[in-house]
Amino acid sequence: MSVDRGPFARRRGREGPARAVAIAVLSSIVLFGAVGYAIVHAPNWPAVQQSFLDPEVFAESLPEIVAAFGINVQLFLIAEVLILVLGLVIAVLRSLPGPVFFPIRAMATVYTDLFRAVPGILVIYLLGFGIPGLDMPGVPNDPFFWAVVALTLVYSAYVSEVYRAGIESVHPSQEAAARSLGLSRFQALRYVIVPQAVRRVVPPLLNDFIGLQKDTVLVSFIGVVEIFRVSQNKESALFNFTPYLATAVVFLAVTIPLARLTDWLSARDRRRYLAGVAR
Amino acid sequence: MTSPAPAALRVEDLHKSFGPLEVLRGIDLTVSEHEVVCLIGASGSGKSTLLRCINLLEPIDAGRVSVEGEEITAEGVDTNRIRRRIGIVFQAFNLFPHMTVLDNVTLAPRKVLRRPVATAEAEGVALLERFGLADKRNEYPDRLSGGQQQRAAIVRALAMQPDLMLLDEVTSALDPELVGEVLGVIRSLASGGMTMLIATHEMGFARDIASRVCFLDAGVILEEGPPAQIFSAPREARTQQFLQRIIEAGRL
Repeated sequence: MSVDRGPFARRRGREGPARAVAIAVLSSIVLFGAVGYAIVHAPNWPAVQQSFLDPEVFAESLPEIVAAFGINVQLFLIAEVLILVLGLVIAVLRSLPGPVFFPIRAMATVYTDLFRAVPGILVIYLLGFGIPGLDMPGVPNDPFFWAVVALTLVYSAYVSEVYRAGIESVHPSQEAAARSLGLSRFQALRYVIVPQAVRRVVPPLLNDFIGLQKDTVLVSFIGVVEIFRVSQNKESALFNFTPYLATAVVFLAVTIPLARLTDWLSARDRRRYLAGVAR
Repeated sequence: MTSPAPAALRVEDLHKSFGPLEVLRGIDLTVSEHEVVCLIGASGSGKSTLLRCINLLEPIDAGRVSVEGEEITAEGVDTNRIRRRIGIVFQAFNLFPHMTVLDNVTLAPRKVLRRPVATAEAEGVALLERFGLADKRNEYPDRLSGGQQQRAAIVRALAMQPDLMLLDEVTSALDPELVGEVLGVIRSLASGGMTMLIATHEMGFARDIASRVCFLDAGVILEEGPPAQIFSAPREARTQQFLQRIIEAGRL
């Protein structure tokens, strides 16, 4: 063993950080250069370049696309607030112990099973076309309204499971300590368990929030004029696919910073946790 | 008026099983007011389970528990009201990690006793001061040493002004050099007249502080008596064996 490790250890010892960076840069250039070369030299590259990567079309369509993104922002901000509340309520209902609460637990379970199983686009279609189609007095038929409802229903099912995992990760001794002081079960949840659970699940909640942002484009199918619908209109007006690229860039600009924030929060939590264990 | 005051705690023929395992097999125990009773015995003898049953954290299978004459294991008793009168301190502290020390101490007075925040905090600070933790009141538990955390947990239980304190091996999770400060706190509670039931592995401490020592073995109290008798002239063979092992381990 030690004979085998000798030369390996020596080789590692010679590698400084500068050498590691140089190797990383070189291997990236080789890989991405090869892929780029293959694409640019594909038989139909000029045609694709013209229809997907037209700088003029990009510049012309971008302002309208960014403006339409405002609708998506409204959608996901309103829906996210509702999702965080509804998801927590469902998670708490599913965590209620004892046989008395069986029907409530069962209902919450059916809800999460149902809305995680049915594709989101179907929920959007069914609510967006189905309910206004009933023509009931007093029921809104605004597609934006039903878009918010559909996204809230679908994402609350996912988010409630995230919350539930958080609640279950809080050690039972915390509830015992709270109850031993005379706090009721609800007070123990409210002041001791849920606050700890929510802190732990912030990174996965942000992850679902990014998913929600992207899924707001699905509501274009029930007639909400948002970023995807506007880029479709641009595409048919200009006979060019570049507006979709502009749309993708807008999403990247929003979700990548959020993804980095999520990573940073997870890393910080991990450090805190490790610091706590080391004590 | 002429009848004697009811015992602070009375446990009668208490049985408790976890599945097929009968952990408590008929416990009878009385603790009078201002008395300090120590429970000793090997791990798994049922000490912790007994304390958790008394605090109603575990439902019991048979028997009864009364506090100051009121049967707390009866049907329909408000467990939240009972727990206010019984403080418990755990081996692993179980402080709330997302709250400062002062918030840990004042949570139950604020939410359960509905004390105004200012009153609860003034009382909390006074208690922390008494146990040398006033300067830690705005720290989070993970910034404290184990001994400080356990003292904070004791203060948290005391803030509810309980009639009875249950201590569940409160020094077992501590580094040896931190045990003394926690035992000091318990001594000062005892000299203040607090009624306590203490499960412990610290035999020297039990000998000093206890008015009575109970030896638990396989779910029953095999032998009880004043510490001098239990530690120097135990009658039961199992007690002798247990203490012999403790002496060999250098713990007495």
